[in-house]
Amino acid sequence: MRREYDAVIVGAGGAGLYAALEASSAGRVAVVSKLYPVRSHTGCAQGGIGAALGNLEEDHPEWHAFDTIKGGDYMVDQMAARILADEAVQAVYDLENMGLPFSRTPEGLIDQRRFGGHTRNFGEAPVRRACYAADRTGHMILQTLYQQCIKHEVDFYNEYFVVDLLLDGSSCVGLVVLELKTGELHTIRSKAVMLATGGFGRMFKTTSNAYANTGDGPALALRAGIPLEDMEFYQFHPTGIAGMGILITEAVRGEGGILRNRRGERFMEMYAPKLLDLAPRDLISKAILSELKAGNGMRGDRQIDDYVLLDATALGKKVVEEKIPDIADFCRTYLGIDPATDPIPVQPTAHYAMGGIPTDVHGRVLGAGGGACPGLYAAGECACVSVHGANRLGTNSLVDLVVFGRRAGRHIADYIAGASLRPLAAGSEDGARDKVKRLKTGRGAHGGAIREAMQKTMMEKVGIIREGEEGRSAVAEIEALRDEYRGARVDDAGAAFNTDLLELLELENLLDLALVTAHAAARREESRGGHTRDDFPERDDARWLKHSLVRLVSGVPEFSYKDVDTSLYPPKPRVY
Amino acid sequence: MLITFQIQRYDPEKDASPHFEDYEIELEPESRVLDGLVRIKTYVDGSLAFRKSCAHGICGSDAMLIDGEERLACKTLLRDLGAKPGGRIRIEPLKGLPLQRDLMVDQEKFFDAYRSVKPYLINDEPPGPKERIQSPAEREAIDEPTKCILCGSCYSACPVIREKNPEFLGPAAVLNASRFVFDSRDRGLPERLPALDRPDGIWACESKFRCTQVCPRGIKVTKSINLTKARIETLRSIKKKAMGDL
Ligand SMILES: Cc1cc2nc3c(=O)[nH]c(=O)nc-3n(C[C@H](O)[C@H](O)[C@H](O)COP(=O)(O)OP(=O)(O)OC[C@H]3O[C@@H](n4cnc5c(N)ncnc54)[C@H](O)[C@@H]3O)c2cc1C
Ligand code: SF4
Ligand code: FES
Repeated sequence: MRREYDAVIVGAGGAGLYAALEASSAGRVAVVSKLYPVRSHTGCAQGGIGAALGNLEEDHPEWHAFDTIKGGDYMVDQMAARILADEAVQAVYDLENMGLPFSRTPEGLIDQRRFGGHTRNFGEAPVRRACYAADRTGHMILQTLYQQCIKHEVDFYNEYFVVDLLLDGSSCVGLVVLELKTGELHTIRSKAVMLATGGFGRMFKTTSNAYANTGDGPALALRAGIPLEDMEFYQFHPTGIAGMGILITEAVRGEGGILRNRRGERFMEMYAPKLLDLAPRDLISKAILSELKAGNGMRGDRQIDDYVLLDATALGKKVVEEKIPDIADFCRTYLGIDPATDPIPVQPTAHYAMGGIPTDVHGRVLGAGGGACPGLYAAGECACVSVHGANRLGTNSLVDLVVFGRRAGRHIADYIAGASLRPLAAGSEDGARDKVKRLKTGRGAHGGAIREAMQKTMMEKVGIIREGEEGRSAVAEIEALRDEYRGARVDDAGAAFNTDLLELLELENLLDLALVTAHAAARREESRGGHTRDDFPERDDARWLKHSLVRLVSGVPEFSYKDVDTSLYPPKPRVY
Repeated sequence: MLITFQIQRYDPEKDASPHFEDYEIELEPESRVLDGLVRIKTYVDGSLAFRKSCAHGICGSDAMLIDGEERLACKTLLRDLGAKPGGRIRIEPLKGLPLQRDLMVDQEKFFDAYRSVKPYLINDEPPGPKERIQSPAEREAIDEPTKCILCGSCYSACPVIREKNPEFLGPAAVLNASRFVFDSRDRGLPERLPALDRPDGIWACESKFRCTQVCPRGIKVTKSINLTKARIETLRSIKKKAMGDL
């Protein structure tokens, strides 16, 4: 492996690959990924990528930006949302021009469908904005970008796990990676490093997220003294397959699917009379929970693991097979039902991190003082720009990846032209080596048991509905698990392909993020977007219209706050 | 119900050759084979090595031999295998690729084959300011191959690779070439010919249909390969004719 690069991109999902493509025009760039690139979680995205192309009906980037801001319950930085919506249009054309096989209109244009919270004329009615490739839009984005990287001969280090960031003051000067195949540690010097490590849904018991979504990037940043932004805002998607968490895309509702309770009622009529089943996710997840608590779930036992039905039978076989074929396949495989004839049992599932590593609109990571850390970048789900605020709209993550992944890549290209490689302090690998040694001599519980306990605590106490006392008890439980982690045991003493060790390293990351998430949730005494407090049911702009920033200083959180950019649309009550 | 997973184990640092080990675990008929493997790794033996990520059949990480057939562990429920209480399920790594450890095989050769067919859109004509136009029917022509998740099942199952010619590109690489060959926006067939139009390329395929039978995405792989063969033959005859006309 080469030891020196102009830029190293950590992560081969949509954000990382787009950045690599852009930056590789300006210098020697490598992508380091713990998974083979095509295995990245971006490949799981189903429903679509939002852009105001206006191919089927009138649409404008301003409308898209407004929906994003309102959808995020006004925690969105508004100029960033404008950039997202404006640049989405060209980004989608660029993806098409690279070969992405979008579904088409009869005229041969990119087809578009409805998605939650995306509206015409500032909230009047749903608009067709989501560009899609059947229900494997993310799969096609990931493949297309990887294919372009092959074409442009980008260097890949597949199945290399980043364990440490190397900083000199606030500047990033390289990183340390663990090679899965050999168990060896390597140091790479680089002028710039970008984190594009994706989400951390594996913190929760029921999730749509892949096993690999363990928040390694944000945890590395946190350990490097960088504060994380808005960690209390985590999205629960309303429609996961009951009991499994596997996602049933919102596109099912975009195509006409309807949520029903045990009495067959279209209950969203009561919660969002205008947008109904296409209201934003936070509102629908809460509505489902209210139905369950009222005994209207399918079992009717008022438990939070009860479920409701997603009825797509009105779509008919042809639409199901053409527009949502993978969903039909999941239903057949995991439920033994056909969505064209049987309703799908669904319940909310942990889905998306709105918070993460704070960046500016060029992907530069903002450090403890609020200034950019030279040479350190982040984009994609691990970053917080913030364009999703307190609740992300469907299709906006894929937009975020391509718009801000590309912006970061471009900025890196400029940056590396003027920067030089910096010397590294001696012993760059010592920290990681000691950690591995310590883990291999642990005698306590196996990491797997600690992980399951953490997931249960987070699901029950830092889930959709939160409360102060519960939040504090979650903090105490996570702290106890972190203590237990210190003695955790690895069963595998070997060096080569030690996946046991890898999972333990991932668990450390999840535990750190769980701790700051629980603290942040206990602290924010209001309800906004994806953060709902039983004891503080209202949004409180006077006290809480501000982004939280949290650092961990020897296990103790330190909070600070920063203003939200509300320069375009002043906050208003949110009705749909 | 109590089920025995009979798993092939191999640790290159310890073992001279692979062997099988039995693990008895409690699972439901609706459990995925992957759930069983994770349970074993979490509670019985953390050193069991296998790949996994999405857990719902989309990322292609966990193709393996389950009761002798290539399947995704996350997309195979015990009830699909007809498992009964007290039953056994045999789990082995994919064939045709070098064994790394336990259920992990080295995928480099598989991906090398994929990369060799230039799996990206080739078209130098300027696209214009917006999208290129493609009709729904033209889009439909490439729908099947775009479903491929590069899981390697077809490569492992291919009788040509197993028994005759380990240098054959393999079904997935040819399928992914066809993804572009039949894309109305692509102009790259001539550039892909050096990889495809040779004895170890597309012509090694003997249409045995094993790829189609095992593909967890239900892709008609053999059909796509045959259509591509026909397209190459057409191109050849056009070339020949053009030469004859000279
Ligand atoms: C089921 C599902 C459906 C979705 N559908 C949609 C949709 O329709 N529209 C939409 O907009 N959004 C959707 N999303 C959200 C969206 O898919 C994700 O937010 C997005 O793909 C994240 O992309 P990313 O590039 O940030 O990271 P990922 O694609 O998750 O990639 C992360 C990369 O980082 C690497 N990595 C991580 N840690 C390390 C480490 N320590 N060392 C080395 N490498 C590392 C991984 O190998 C991987 O390559 C969906 C999400 C899910 C779960
Ligand atoms: S064609 Fe099917 S079996 Fe072969 S790699 Fe693709 S998805 Fe897997
Ligand atoms: S884990 Fe992704 S395909 Fe099975």
